[in-house]
Amino acid sequence: MGLPAIPIVSDLGLDETAKALNTEQIATVVNRILDQETAARFKVYLNTCVHCGLCSDACHWFLSNDRDPRFSPVGKVKQTLWEIIRKKGHVSPEFMKDCSRIAHTECNVCRRCSMYCPFGIDIAYLLLVVRRICHELGMVPQFLQDTVNSHSVTMNQMWVKQDEWIDTLQWQEEEAKGEIKTSRIPLDKEGADVFYSVIAPEPKILAQLIGNIAQIMAVAKVDWTMPSLDGWDNSNMAMYSGDFEIMGRVERAHYESALKLKSRRIVMGECGHAFRGAAYDGPKWLGWREPPIPLIHAVDFYHELLTTGRIKIAKKFETPVTVQEPCNIVRGRGLGQKLREIISMVCEDFRLPEPGLEHNYCCGAGGGTINCGPPWKTSRVKGNRVKAEQLAATKAHIIITPCHNCHSGIEDIISGYKLGMHVKFFSEILMEVMEVPDELKC
Amino acid sequence: MSPLFYPEKDSWDWDPSSREISNIDQWKLDFNEVQEFVVSPDGQKVAAVVQNEDETFTPCINGETWENSFEKAWSLKFSPDGRLFCLGMNDDEWTIIEDDRPWEDSFEYVWNLKFSQNGKGAGANIRTSDGYGVLLNGEVWENKFVQMRSVELSPDGVSAAGNIQIEALSEGDVAKFRQGLWNIAVDGKPWDSNFLNVWDCSFSSDGGIVAAEVRLVSGRQTIAVDGKAWKNDYRAVWKPIFIPGSRDVVAPGLTTEGWKLLLNGEPLWNKSYNQIWRQTIGPDGRKLAAVVSPEFGQWTIAIDGISWAKTFGDVVLDPVFSSDGKRTAAGVKESGKWTVAVDGTPWPEKFGMVWDPVFSPDGKHVLAKAWRDDSYMLVVDGKITGPAYENLFDFVFSDDGTKLLIKCVENGLCFRKVIFSKDLT
Repeated sequence: MGLPAIPIVSDLGLDETAKALNTEQIATVVNRILDQETAARFKVYLNTCVHCGLCSDACHWFLSNDRDPRFSPVGKVKQTLWEIIRKKGHVSPEFMKDCSRIAHTECNVCRRCSMYCPFGIDIAYLLLVVRRICHELGMVPQFLQDTVNSHSVTMNQMWVKQDEWIDTLQWQEEEAKGEIKTSRIPLDKEGADVFYSVIAPEPKILAQLIGNIAQIMAVAKVDWTMPSLDGWDNSNMAMYSGDFEIMGRVERAHYESALKLKSRRIVMGECGHAFRGAAYDGPKWLGWREPPIPLIHAVDFYHELLTTGRIKIAKKFETPVTVQEPCNIVRGRGLGQKLREIISMVCEDFRLPEPGLEHNYCCGAGGGTINCGPPWKTSRVKGNRVKAEQLAATKAHIIITPCHNCHSGIEDIISGYKLGMHVKFFSEILMEVMEVPDELKC
Repeated sequence: MSPLFYPEKDSWDWDPSSREISNIDQWKLDFNEVQEFVVSPDGQKVAAVVQNEDETFTPCINGETWENSFEKAWSLKFSPDGRLFCLGMNDDEWTIIEDDRPWEDSFEYVWNLKFSQNGKGAGANIRTSDGYGVLLNGEVWENKFVQMRSVELSPDGVSAAGNIQIEALSEGDVAKFRQGLWNIAVDGKPWDSNFLNVWDCSFSSDGGIVAAEVRLVSGRQTIAVDGKAWKNDYRAVWKPIFIPGSRDVVAPGLTTEGWKLLLNGEPLWNKSYNQIWRQTIGPDGRKLAAVVSPEFGQWTIAIDGISWAKTFGDVVLDPVFSSDGKRTAAGVKESGKWTVAVDGTPWPEKFGMVWDPVFSPDGKHVLAKAWRDDSYMLVVDGKITGPAYENLFDFVFSDDGTKLLIKCVENGLCFRKVIFSKDLT
């Protein structure tokens, strides 16, 4: 019996681009990328793979699609890169459309497969090479490309204008002052201990999260600032579309903004991919071995505030909770234990997901996949049935997701599989349980 | 630390003295809220936005508030010639306020308040019901645009430029975006050509020409001068600068051999780097320094293509020239600690943060503001000089270099101190 047909999805970014391409153009780009932009790592990975398929069981796409080998990590490389190399880049535009579908929409570059590979091959990197080729050909899903276009213009991912950004901060400062009277969002303060950066969905659609952090900073008496001009968004979808030049520009804007303000460290809000871009991919492209200013993820920061007693808990959160452990800060950075510790510090009934920590399943939205937009939502949700099963097994009511992509992706999973659960950022829980000294209350 | 020209510097009080300007700790008792402090170039005034009893905001200067107050106020700044500006809002209308006098026009929003190099020009981005533009020295650009994201002022403060969006774009319209909807407007007039992207721009020293970094199509960036793109393009470029007194433009560009410094689109130095940025022209208008990364994760300063022997693992900030152009210094970071490197040699003392170094006018000494252990300090030739300060603002040498003006906060008091430079070392 043959494998079921992959549903055809119409995407302007792929369909229109394919019409304008030819095989020679593709071969030129492929060979330039492979000759000039890949090196020993690429060759070692390709030549080391023994095609054993042990990576398959790592992948939520493979597991959720009834073990269809086309969704296994090695299967994705086989259908894309191996074929491209075998044909020396002489592949058709329709073939490149399939490459984009596989690399951009059916792989979250979550790197779980690397832990299952006997040789530790970074299979996600190979899929990122495919994405890079696709980007250079203009073969990027429409909504992901639109996000990158926004990055290129505004240095943020949601077309937030400069005046809208500042206006939102001023509005949220007012809101925060209504709760805790010493709340402020100091703009462009030089020499602050903390430069706080967020991702664009916060000012665009989740502005209360900025108000929340203003209250948390006030209670913890943190010396902090946010910039009024570009560089406030730490996210980077260009990293995931394959547009490394825009990725570098966005990351530079983020760090230059903090360097200009002489901030001693950057604390970033709850986002996983943004941490990866700001901690690893961006600095490396620019030539920094490490971020030029220490970069602290929100989980690390809340751990610091809670363990040093700068934030105290008045009464623990009682509703049963579990956690979505974001790949880029847990598998990628090892913040899993700290994340579990802070949840245990604020929640009465914390139910551990299984598998967990670095073995946790991806939310299915990361790696730029959710940014590929509505056309790809059905396949994305179908491709993460195992996540729905994992969450349902905890019987928790709330899923804490310290990552924006996880947050949106898990909401889709909850809705798609009718789990009846709810998603919250850690800061939202903290706001409910944090002890506020009487003298700070309005 | 004193990047701007201070036009009134000769008329400042240069008599050696230490004078209390204001008890700023008292302000915290007098007002509901006291925001960040700024100090006038001559050190005679300390100011901050404060909140009144009626919950309005206004600047407070040496303990006295303005007559005007606002529902919101921010971006408090002294211009190089000593005028105090802020952005204020009442009844949902924003404007610029200069020394307690609101400018005539008000707008839906005002931000990005800037001063020209000579201190005479003041401008900002504005949003009106007709679109986005610039407010410069009280005059509003006649043309408005769909969006505007920057403003640069000419050195003489009479012209302004910034990147503009020339047509509306629906979110998700990748095809229209590809047509190129971005441009530069100079004094309200767009260039003839649009680009896929336009980023930072710079004026020539006479204010007559503007250069900007632009993206032609995906993967092809270059520099455009008065709207005309260089004939060569690159994978990426960084902000261009003009060589003073000329039309010549210098910018970094990413070539197949690595990053190169380019002059009018042609390689200037016969070298490529892992990275190059922060190019800076020396005081003679000819010598050129830049931050370079000769290999991954290593940073240093190159002057006219010759790199310091010493490299630094974390960061190197903008190169600063001595007034004779013979020496250079920069803030550097290695193994997580900041210090200053002078002519390639780092100071042994390390800090939690350093500000851009300043050469004495004779070029013999290098000063920097630094922070460590919750205190600010003045560091002279690598040695901590004077007390630990609660706050330390910029310091300025007299023109003849014999005296130094220090503006600082000690025990809740803001001081203005003029000392003899010879007493520094």
